[in-house]
Parts: sequence; C-alpha cells; structure tokens
Amino acid sequence: MTVLGSRILAGLFGVALAPLAELRAGEIPFAELRSGSELMSPDTRAMQDADSANPGMLWVIEGEALWNAKAGAANLACADCHGAAELAMRGVAARHPAFDAKRNQAVNLAGSIEWCRVERQKAPALTAEGPEALALEAYVARQSRGLSIASTDAALRPLIESGRELYLRRQGQLDLSCAHCHTENWGRKLAGLALSQGHPNGYPLYRLEWQSFGSLERRLRNCLTGMRAEPYPAGASEYLALEAYLKWRAHGMPMESPAVRP
Amino acid sequence: MTTRRQFLEGAGALTALSVIHLRAAQATPVAMQAAIDAVTGGAVLRPGRVKLDIPPLVENGNSIQCTVSVPGPTPASDRVRALHLFNEKNPQPNMFGVRFGPRAGPAKFTTRIRLAGTQTLVAVAKLADGSFWVDRVEVVVTLAACVEDP
Amino acid sequence: MTARVIITAPTKAKKGEIVTVTTLLAHVMENGFRHSSTGVPIPRDIVTEFVARYNGAEILRASLYPAIAANPYFAFEFVAEESGILDFSWMGDNGFAASRQIAINVE
Repeated sequence: MTVLGSRILAGLFGVALAPLAELRAGEIPFAELRSGSELMSPDTRAMQDADSANPGMLWVIEGEALWNAKAGAANLACADCHGAAELAMRGVAARHPAFDAKRNQAVNLAGSIEWCRVERQKAPALTAEGPEALALEAYVARQSRGLSIASTDAALRPLIESGRELYLRRQGQLDLSCAHCHTENWGRKLAGLALSQGHPNGYPLYRLEWQSFGSLERRLRNCLTGMRAEPYPAGASEYLALEAYLKWRAHGMPMESPAVRP
Repeated sequence: MTTRRQFLEGAGALTALSVIHLRAAQATPVAMQAAIDAVTGGAVLRPGRVKLDIPPLVENGNSIQCTVSVPGPTPASDRVRALHLFNEKNPQPNMFGVRFGPRAGPAKFTTRIRLAGTQTLVAVAKLADGSFWVDRVEVVVTLAACVEDP
Repeated sequence: MTARVIITAPTKAKKGEIVTVTTLLAHVMENGFRHSSTGVPIPRDIVTEFVARYNGAEILRASLYPAIAANPYFAFEFVAEESGILDFSWMGDNGFAASRQIAINVE
C-alpha cells in the first residue's frame, strides 16, 4: 500500500499508519510490543496513572507556565503562535523525530522546541536537558498521551537504518548490543528487574532511580554505561538515530509521557 | 574528553568510596531502638492497632509508597496523637513523625520513602491514653542493572 | 522561582464527610549522605517539616527526615465540618519555605 493510501485509510478508520520499513528477522513483531509499564510493579504503574501522584506532572505544570510565558527579543510565548497546546501539540511528540524539510534534517522534539525558541522567539537556546527544556518537552509530550506512535515519514528512513545499525552493533567491554537485552531477552531478569523491550513511548519521564525527570538520551547514556561502553558525547547524532529507530520499532504503541519507570 | 580508562578508574573509586561511606553511616537495630525510645520514653510497645502498609517486594529503593494508620473507630480516650516510622538500615533510623492536631481526621498518613536495601521497618502509634502500639514489616528491595552511577 | 506544588482535594464536600488530600512538592530531598562523581560530599537539602491546617487549626504536622523520597508526596484525611480554607506549608534546609491555600465548600 502506498503511504498516501495508508494515510487515507488511517483517516477513514482511525487505524495506525503502516510503518515505512520492513521488520527484519528477530525484530519484535508489532503485535507483540509491550510497554515498559506492563513489566513494572502495580505500585509504579499506579504512580504513573494518577496525575496527583505522578511526580512527572511537576515538570508538566512548569512546562505549561513556560508555554504561556513571553520570551526572547520577539516577545512571543509559544501560545501566541500555536494557541492552546491541547489542540496544537496533540500527537506532535508521537510523530517525532520528524524530518524538517526546510532545514533538510531530522529533529527530535527537543530539537523542534529549540528551533522555535531560537528562530521564532529570538531567545537564547535553553540548556539541553536543563529543567526548562525538560519541562517544555514534558508539557508538549503530555498532549500525546494515549496516542499511537506514528513513524511513517519516508524521509526518516536513512536515519532509522543507521539507528538500527547502532542498535545491533556490539559495544563496550561486555560486547553487548542493545538487541541482546531488549529484543532477545526482554521479560527476563537482569539483576532484580525485568528487562524491557526498550521502547521510547514514555519519554521524557520520571525515573525512580534518577529521583528526577529526564530524557531518552539520558537513559541511552545509562544503557551504554551498563554495557561498559563509553557513552556518545551529549547531543551526538547517534542518539537521534537511535531515537528514530526506537520510535520506528515502537510504531503503534500508545505514548505514556510523563511516564514513571523504576 | 574522558578516556575509557579514566572513566573506569573514576567508577572504581566512586564504588569504593560509597562502600566505606555506607559502613560509616548506617543505622543499626540498636540505633533504631534508641530512636524509638526517644519517642516512647522507653514505654512498652504493644503489637497491634497500628498498621504499616507497604509492598513486600519493591523494584527501586528510591521511592516506595507506604501508609501508616490506626484503622477502625477511635473513641476520644483512644485518640491517635502521633504516628512514626523507623528503619534499621538507612543512614538514619528516623523516617517521619506525624503529630495530629485538633482538626485531625482518621489517623492515616501516606508518603514515599527511601530504603537502603532489604530491611525491617517499624511503625509506632502513640494514643491519647499514653499507650504505644507497633507494627513491623520486612521489605525486600531488588537491585537494578544499568544504573546511572555504577 | 515559586515552588511547584500539585494538590488534589475536592472543592465540595458534605458536612461530616471524610475528605482525602494529596500533595506533591518539587524538591530534590538531597539526603546529605551522597558524594559527587569527584568525591565531594553533597550537602543535605531536605524538607524538614510539613503542616496542614483547616481554617487555621492543625490537621497534622509532620517531621521529615532524609528517608523521604525526592519530590515528597503526602496523602491524608480530615473531616469536612464547615466551608473554609485548607492551608499547606513546607519548611526545609537553606530557608526553604513553600505554601498553598485552597478553598473547600461544605454543604
């Protein structure tokens, strides 16, 4: 089916769009995707599900304030151009990383927010992964909660392929690839916890281990450290490629941000 | 840029430090008993009345939801004055102490706590008649892999 | 910046009804027992006290220790007697102070 055909179908029936690349042997079939939230304890799930108990909501409310605050030489708030985030940002996080044709490059959600801030608000870029950047990302991602991840942009395909190559590459002193844990052994225990399938559907999220809120890139750095590999430098293109692949392999999964994970 | 060797040396040093540190600052059952005595004045702790609700097995020691309560109706003579929670393995034995005021409702307090490993927790309730009641629960904390500070 | 707080409680209650309140406060609760990656001790920075009042009188007053998890969460109950103001305040190390008031309408 053509991409256009799937879009029309999706529009008509509300089904998830078909992902753009083929699954390879060994990759988890889309019907067998399990969110990390299905593998964690009922207590942690309850913490995620209730806004009154989810500490990630503290970042969401700060993001809401930032969304409505004027900033930069243009003296514009996000809301001045986009209006209500509930409408304008609905599904946006579920579609990132996205290919930005104007700049001829792929961007993740944090990158899109930064572009708006610098180019539209004429304000200095927020510190990457700083509290304000995380708060805005949390607020925007909240507007996709419950919506399915849609990785359908053909222009992203080369990035997804390079992310897949990184995901399958053995790294570090333990000579492990991401796939060894999160594709081949998910559900089994590593130390005391079940290995997840490694999906990005909850980010940015509150991790009990961090005792704070953080990005997918931070989690990927932790994975690399666990493999006894040296993490890529902050902001490296490898993280974007991995994010694009992870979103592609999680195509159709509901977004959970702000999720809670152990 | 950090080389892998520097990184590993750094990680090793950090682990050694934290081990020494944990040994230096760890509550013991004796320290916990002293903290309980400071609250009770050495009064007898009777099992019952007070209840500690906490999962027996938790996946991360950084945040565990628990509730200390004295369930059921409490006549004025039995009014709950305070609820306390203690532990035997964190750096300090005290976790929280809640005193109820004139506007108190049912004696029940829920919060999230930190646990440095598997251990027994002790909840104590002080009633208006001067009696102290106790509940003890063992909690198993599992270890995680691929954490930020290995 | 003002402390970030999320409070949930009903805005309306019947007289005599038992009402549940939850509070969530953004705070690191740095326990004072940790070291930085370079081995420097990180000083303690925790919330040491939480007070909930109903029309000026205390519902409860909690003394808090480093064992309370980051971004402290509390849930407790009180009996709705008359309309008025619920007042919550947090105090801590380094002069930390935060407070919030919400109204409750008792029928």
